[in-house]
Amino acid sequence: MTFFEADKLSINFGGIKAVDGVSFRITQGEVFTIIGPNGAGKTTIFNLVSRFYDPTDGRLIFEDNDITKVPAHRIAALGIARTFQNIELFEHATLLQNLLLARHAHKKSGFFSELLFLPTVRRFEVEHREAVEKVIDFLDLQQYRDSLIVNLPYGVRKVAELARALCTNPKLLLLDEPSSGLNVEETEDMAFWIQDIKNLLGVTVLMVEHDMKLVSAVSDRVLALNYGRPLAVGTPQEVQGHPEVISAYLGG
Amino acid sequence: MRFAFKTSYEQDTRLFRDRIDASWYVVLAVAVLILPAVLPAYYVGETTWVFIYAIGGVSLMVLVGYTGLVSLGHAAFLGIGAYAHAFFLEHGVPWVLSAATAVMITTACGLVVGLPALRMTGIYLAIATLAFAVIVQEVFTRWESVTHGLSGMAVPKATIFGISFESERAFYYLCLFLFVLTLWLTRNLLRAPTGRAWIAIRDSEIAAQSMGVNLAIYKSIAFAYSAGLMGLAGVLFAHKIAYLAPDIFTILLSIQFLLLVIVGGLGSLHGAVFGAIFVALLPPLIAILRDSIPASFADLAAASGVSLLGSIGEGIGNFLRKPGVEAGIFGLILVLVIVLEPLGMYGRWVKLRIFFSTFPMYKRATFKRQRSYMKTERLR
Amino acid sequence: MALDRRDLRGRKLDIFLQLTLNGLAVGCIYGLVALGFVLIYKATELVNFAQGDLLMLGAFVAYMAVVWWGLDYWLSFLIAVLAVAAFGALLDRFLLRRVIGQPQFAVVMLTIGLGAMFRTFASVTWGSEIYTLPTPFGGVTQIAGVTLSHQYLSIIVGTLILCGALYGFFNHTRLGVAMQATSQNQLAAYYMGIPVKLIFSLIWAISAGVATVAGVLLAPVTLIDINMGLAVALKAFAAAVLGGFGSIPGALVGGIVIGLIELYAGATLPNGFKDTAPYIVLLIMLVVRPQGLFGTLGRKKV
Repeated sequence: MTFFEADKLSINFGGIKAVDGVSFRITQGEVFTIIGPNGAGKTTIFNLVSRFYDPTDGRLIFEDNDITKVPAHRIAALGIARTFQNIELFEHATLLQNLLLARHAHKKSGFFSELLFLPTVRRFEVEHREAVEKVIDFLDLQQYRDSLIVNLPYGVRKVAELARALCTNPKLLLLDEPSSGLNVEETEDMAFWIQDIKNLLGVTVLMVEHDMKLVSAVSDRVLALNYGRPLAVGTPQEVQGHPEVISAYLGG
Repeated sequence: MRFAFKTSYEQDTRLFRDRIDASWYVVLAVAVLILPAVLPAYYVGETTWVFIYAIGGVSLMVLVGYTGLVSLGHAAFLGIGAYAHAFFLEHGVPWVLSAATAVMITTACGLVVGLPALRMTGIYLAIATLAFAVIVQEVFTRWESVTHGLSGMAVPKATIFGISFESERAFYYLCLFLFVLTLWLTRNLLRAPTGRAWIAIRDSEIAAQSMGVNLAIYKSIAFAYSAGLMGLAGVLFAHKIAYLAPDIFTILLSIQFLLLVIVGGLGSLHGAVFGAIFVALLPPLIAILRDSIPASFADLAAASGVSLLGSIGEGIGNFLRKPGVEAGIFGLILVLVIVLEPLGMYGRWVKLRIFFSTFPMYKRATFKRQRSYMKTERLR
Repeated sequence: MALDRRDLRGRKLDIFLQLTLNGLAVGCIYGLVALGFVLIYKATELVNFAQGDLLMLGAFVAYMAVVWWGLDYWLSFLIAVLAVAAFGALLDRFLLRRVIGQPQFAVVMLTIGLGAMFRTFASVTWGSEIYTLPTPFGGVTQIAGVTLSHQYLSIIVGTLILCGALYGFFNHTRLGVAMQATSQNQLAAYYMGIPVKLIFSLIWAISAGVATVAGVLLAPVTLIDINMGLAVALKAFAAAVLGGFGSIPGALVGGIVIGLIELYAGATLPNGFKDTAPYIVLLIMLVVRPQGLFGTLGRKKV
């Protein structure tokens, strides 16, 4: 079974080829990282996978299904979740509400039963809270449960963003620059969490990252991009040693 | 300071945080129930207005405060509900059926407005609702076979299953019942996935989509539900005001409802109720002050011998008598609330509560938000 | 005595040209007020719902100068523009600056509240009746058998002059270019040493001034009363949206389109369409092309 495949993915923005014929495959259970200079098209690829953009060319395949035309709000139910580079948490809600919201894709109650708050709805609410609590436990967010996002520091918000993505119970997790803005200790925590996500939760991770230490530590395979085109794909060591990658991105 | 210990997931989903919170509401309920027996009919009538405005306030709070969709023309739905109900009553339809149908018609109109609104954002949506309201007001004037146009339409008193709700007291209980029902239904939605989806749409549409929220469906539900509630308010409004005319349902009335939710406190049901109390009781208050201020200032002048006080009182009285002064006072309060207390009356109430419960350790900094630079709402 | 066909056609042409002139003039007023909306929106992303009431204040100040103080028309015009412009700047400096950071909707409501306050202030200061502003533009001109009213011509010419001046200002003076820069990228403007906060106040001043010009030009046509701004503002708002809310020429074009629709609809369609036809067109436009005639639809970058 093809777990995830991008096949000659391309998108133009009015003449600029942001992504130009990018193809790659991800096997289930691995951590796959995309690296490259800013503007290389990394987040654009994420936005294509999340179906916020429509590709001008190419296909996306997830678990043997062609998802190129699936609307954006159905992606979560299929099992793909993502975090955002510039945190898109719900600012005026509590952390708990943010996490409960992530369970929306697994919602089982209809409008009218919610209107009357029938016992089944109450039971579902308890189920959702139990599921969310497991993630809170996993990421040590207990003390922030009832805090408004507006009041939380940046480091905690990054973790909350990760927690929210995990609450959707994904099979494939897209992490957009998980370590940006984090200090050394927080980045180490993030590395441990990504490994736990892979080993304990069995979730496949697709990551965009600039911190090469983090990339080498957790990735199974790496894809280097430049100007929307793939440069090299392989293990972290192979890609980091690739001459074109070094000249385009990594430097001496 | 009381801390609410949570011991089960189920506790989180309850209507009231704990027994003590609930008991306060019981006290409030008792007060509200015995009010007609204690106060004269005039005040009972004014309190009924509070209930009607509150239903409208909840309606707008759901759309604007929780889902973040601004409607500048919600009075149109009030009118649709009112006229539809009056029309059915005129043709002998029993009350419950008439009211229910009026609400359903208004809900359908809400859906119709909501559909094109799915493609619009922010300011464009606001102007679209404004245009809708202007057109609807014109329809009220022209569709004479239903609305009797400019000559207006008398509305009979409510008679449900043979029981007459003509007296102030009986109508008060009817409005109270429907008001509590509105609160309960809305609260149910808000503590369920639908309510959370609405908040998600307000705070970040993109993140909401990636969590599986179908924007089109939830925005439509918000519009439909909000319109339906406004229609219910319209049904009661029709009876209360007893005579419908197209020039009641103006843009200014829509703005009055928006003022209600802002002054009350955006983003909470309590805010809708506080706002309703303010908006319903301010005009009668002004009417009272119009006469009592000159009178009491005159007494003060006579007692102290300072005749200047008398003229000041006269001046204030004259000012309050000018046409259109009410709107100006509403405007002033709106400006003051937005500049000085953006969280509204409910926000100030919460601050007071916390002040008393944490005394003497209250710190103003508790509420000082981090400096937030205006997040651009332009999609670029 | 029956009219022969040439007479009738001439009459129809006359009426059509009259309507067009009237529509253009009214449209210019809507365009000017819409321009004020767009100026403020481009810079601060706020919509100033009190724009129409600034128009009303401007008309009243001019009236006060001419009728109460007996000053010359042109001097009064100048005084009104300067006074209301200064008032607009003060509004920004002392009120709007304090609500930075609040959601756009709350600030819009703030301007709505201000508008109501302005109307009450006008009612108390000048009175709640209808007043006439004496102008030097009485009379009509006959060109090729068509009657052109001087009042309407004055509006159109005034608008053209004002727009020309604004165009020259924004594109050919340092201050104007600085304003453009500020409205495109605040942070960069700060870095370039542009006094951003002062510029905002100036933009409000210009916007208020433009509204005043519209008010004084409009006064002889609709007469002055406290609610004259409301009706204009609603349609001007529709005009700004029609033109595309970020576009200055769009605002003017939108205004003229709305003005023409209003006049043509009023003359040809049954009663009641005069006021609603512009809004119906607006709704159609919003569904078909939400960004308006000249605007651009952006996409949030995540």
